[in-house]
Formats: sequence, structure tokens, C-alpha cells
Amino acid sequence: MLDVRGLGKVYEGSGRRVEAVRDLTFTVGAGELVCLVGPSGCGKTTLLKCVAGLLAPTAGEVLLRGRPVTGPPPGMAVVFQEYGRSLFPWMRVAENVGLPLKQKKLPGSRRRDLVADALRSVGLADAAGAYPWQLSGGMQQRVAIARALAYEPDVLLMDEPFAAVDAQTRADLEDLVRGLWRERGITVLFVTHDIDEAVYLGERVLVLSASPTVVQEQLRIDLPPERDQLHTRVAPRFAELRTHVYAQVQAAKRGTAAVPTADAPTVPGRTPTPPAT
Amino acid sequence: MKDGHLDGAPPERARGGPPGLTNAALGAAGLGGFLALCEAVPRLGVVSAEYFPPVSRIADALAGELGDGAFWTALGDTLTGWALGLAIAVTAGVLAGVVISVVPYLREATASTIEFLRPIPSVALIPLAVLLYGTELRSVLLLVVYASFWQVLLQTLYGVRDVDPVAEETARAYGLGTWARVRHVLWPTALPYVMTGVRLAAAVALILAVTAELVIGAPGLGARIAVAQTSQAVPEMYALVVVTGVLGLLINVGARTVERRALAWHQSVRGEVAV
Repeated sequence: MLDVRGLGKVYEGSGRRVEAVRDLTFTVGAGELVCLVGPSGCGKTTLLKCVAGLLAPTAGEVLLRGRPVTGPPPGMAVVFQEYGRSLFPWMRVAENVGLPLKQKKLPGSRRRDLVADALRSVGLADAAGAYPWQLSGGMQQRVAIARALAYEPDVLLMDEPFAAVDAQTRADLEDLVRGLWRERGITVLFVTHDIDEAVYLGERVLVLSASPTVVQEQLRIDLPPERDQLHTRVAPRFAELRTHVYAQVQAAKRGTAAVPTADAPTVPGRTPTPPAT
Repeated sequence: MKDGHLDGAPPERARGGPPGLTNAALGAAGLGGFLALCEAVPRLGVVSAEYFPPVSRIADALAGELGDGAFWTALGDTLTGWALGLAIAVTAGVLAGVVISVVPYLREATASTIEFLRPIPSVALIPLAVLLYGTELRSVLLLVVYASFWQVLLQTLYGVRDVDPVAEETARAYGLGTWARVRHVLWPTALPYVMTGVRLAAAVALILAVTAELVIGAPGLGARIAVAQTSQAVPEMYALVVVTGVLGLLINVGARTVERRALAWHQSVRGEVAV
């Protein structure tokens, strides 16, 4: 579904040359939920912007359904970390969710159905007429998720979407995203700096190295598909995977190569075959 | 969904008590005191009643004006010049502001020219206006438009610069084209600034409309003030001055009302929200 090949991004300006991303190659299969985790400042946001077509890479390419991404592609929706700035305060919740659909030139009745359905899916059916700033942070991020859902994307990109909400809301939103993913079968690329979150949510976790970024390791999360905050997080397997990823991120920070810990099912090679869904 | 309900309460405006009432009473008392003073000072002979008639005589003259058809024609002329000039200035200012901001390099190329033209006082163009259009309405329009255009243009330029990069990227990610982004992101962001520009321009436009009539002699309240002055009709002159003052007040109140309506979503208007 989503192919990232040899992606590199170098920022050049005012005499400074910053190589944010060096050489990234990975694939996300249709219907997969992949988490990208890495040390802070490792170019996660740069990568996501390149994938979303918001930023032109200096090397390599991104393919969506086999077609190279040169600008924001129609089949991709993005949920940003800064929900307060990503939602438009001059529009009501339903208008915010419906605006991209208007641009898609969908007929009015279809738009209304999609908006209502998306808001119901995130549990905000009765907030359609409110302004985003009348809602709490967690609810605002739900609206942003509803906007992405209503867009009916092939791939949903999420850029540290829960970094700015409190821990309890965060747990609720994690379950919401996982639930929506299972229910709707969308392909999700989820960027986070939170290791627990990556292991809890993902079917596969990509550990990125420190900047200039490469893929440090790919890890299949062999936890059962039914996950919940109470039991999954205390499962021994969860602890093993989490410890493994933690060690990898620490190694990435120090700039050393991958250290094998536990019996983590590392996906070998650069072009792993996505698991069948 | 524990927080699935809507917990946005209606905005609370006032901070405790009913200050609106006492403020209004104080304001009325202040105005009453001022009027009483203006009545007393000439009657006590502190200033000459010939040049500074007591309020009651000005009120009489005002009543006389209100009953005179020529006064209403003059008022209509002034308002026409004001409204037409303001409309042209706002349209041109907003369009120019958006185009200058959206087209690459245009802002840099125009900045110095704008900074040079903007400080020229509109009244300095009176000789030019007379040469071009004599005492026609177009003379008034030239001055009004020149003065108010810069207010709107500058505020629009500031407003457009305020667009949030995250909002802009969101719009791009969801496939909004240039025109859709101007309409749904850039324009609402700039609107609070534009509204301020329009309010300032509305006040300046009235000043320039009256000035043009007064100095050039184009028909309107200003010209009527000049006539009253030269014919020694002092109370009438003051009555007309009061009318222009009231006009300015009404224009400001009107502009603020429009601003509040249009920007109900904006931080400055929506007040505190319980979250």
C-alpha cells in the first residue's frame, strides 16, 4: 500500500546543512497498523511530512498504491499533534469534519452521512454544532480523528497525535484508534516517541535511529489482536517487547548498532513482507 | 467515551455584579455635567456668548437644522461620499493585501513603496483633487479613498501573515487548492485584522469627507459648516459640528457591532469558555 524507498531529506539554508533523514526504506501493507518510534529529534515529523506529500524529499521516493507521491495525495489523511491549531476555530465541529469532503466534491447528502458517521464513531455525535474551542483537548483530537475518518483515506498518518493530552485521555484515544483500525480495516502509520504506546498499538514497530535517520530495526508485535489497557500492559510478552524496543531506542540514541535482547521476532532485511491481513 | 458529552458552557462575559447599569448611569451623569458646564460658562460671561453660545441655543439651532430639508440633503451628500469612499477603499485594500501576500516576492517588492506613500497626509492631496475634479463628489472620494485604503491594506497584510502553519498544512494535506485555502484558511485568519482596519478606515473616511467638503466646498455637512461660519450663524455652526460628532460615534458603534457578529468565534469576542 505504502512504499518508502531510500527516502532522504537534507535541509539547506543560511549556510547550514542538516541531514534530517538519511536513507529510509520500509513498506506498510494494506490494512496494517505500523508504529514508528525513535529518539526525539530523529526526524519523525520530517519523514511523515515527506510521506504526506507536504515536503519534497531530497532523495528516494514515496509510493502510494504504486504511484509516486509528489504532492498531498487524495487517499491520505493526516492527524497532527497540535489539534488546537489543526482544527479551524471559525468552523463548527461538523463543518471542520465536512470541509475536506466539500473539496472532494461529494454530494451534500453523502457528506452529511459521512460526517455524522465519523462523529458517531469517535463518540462525539452530539458535539456537531459546537466550536472546537468549546471542547476539551481530548475531544478536539477526536474531532481531528473524525475528520480523517470521514475523508475515507487509503492511509491514515498520525503524527504524535496524543503527545499533548493527559494520560487517561491518551489511553482512551489509543483504544479508540485501535478499535477504529480493527473495525474499518484502514492502513495506519502512527508516529510516536512513546515506546509503550508503539508496542500497545502496533502490529509492527519500526525503530528509527538518531538523526541522520535510518531504520534501526523492524519488530513484529506478536501480541493478541484483542488488547486492552488493563491486561495487555501487564502481560509478560508486552514487557519483553517493550524492554526490547526500549533498548533499541537507547542504542539508537548512542548511535550504536542494534543489540539483540530477548527473543524478539525481528523482521530481517530492508524490504520485509507485510503480514497477511 | 467518558467525556462524550458537550461540556462547553455559554461564554460568561461580565465579572460579577451588574456593572453595565452603574456604568451607564455614570456616563449619563458625566455627559449631563459637561452640558451643564457648557451652558453655564457663556451665561456667566467667562467666554463670549457670541463665539461660544450656551448649549440651549445650540440645541435650538440643531432643532432648526433638523427641520430644514437642505440639512438632510447635506447629510446625505456627506454619507454618500463616506460610504462610497469607504467601500472602494475596503475592496481595494483587501484585494491588494491578499494579492500582495499570495504572489511570491510581491510583498518585498512593494514594501518600500507602501512605506513611502502611506505617510502622505490625505489633506496634502487637496490641491490635486481640486485640479482633477473641482468641487465634485469625485474630489471627496479621492481624499477619502486615499486615507482609508492604507488602513485596510496594512491590516490585511498583517492578518494574512498570521496564518498558522499547522492550519495551512492541514488544509494542504486534505487536498484544498490555492483558492480553497485563501477562502477557508487565509481569509478567516485575516478577518479580525481586516475588521480592525475597516473600523479605523470608517472613522478616517468620515474625517476626510467632512474636511474635503469644508476646504474644497463639495456639497455636504462640511460645506454647510463653512457657510454657517461665513454668515455668522454661530449656533448653527456648532449644531452641525455636533451632528458630525454624533455621526462618528454611530459609525464606531456600528463597526464594533459588525465586528462582534462576524468574529463570534474569535478569542477577543468569545470570552472565557469553561473546558
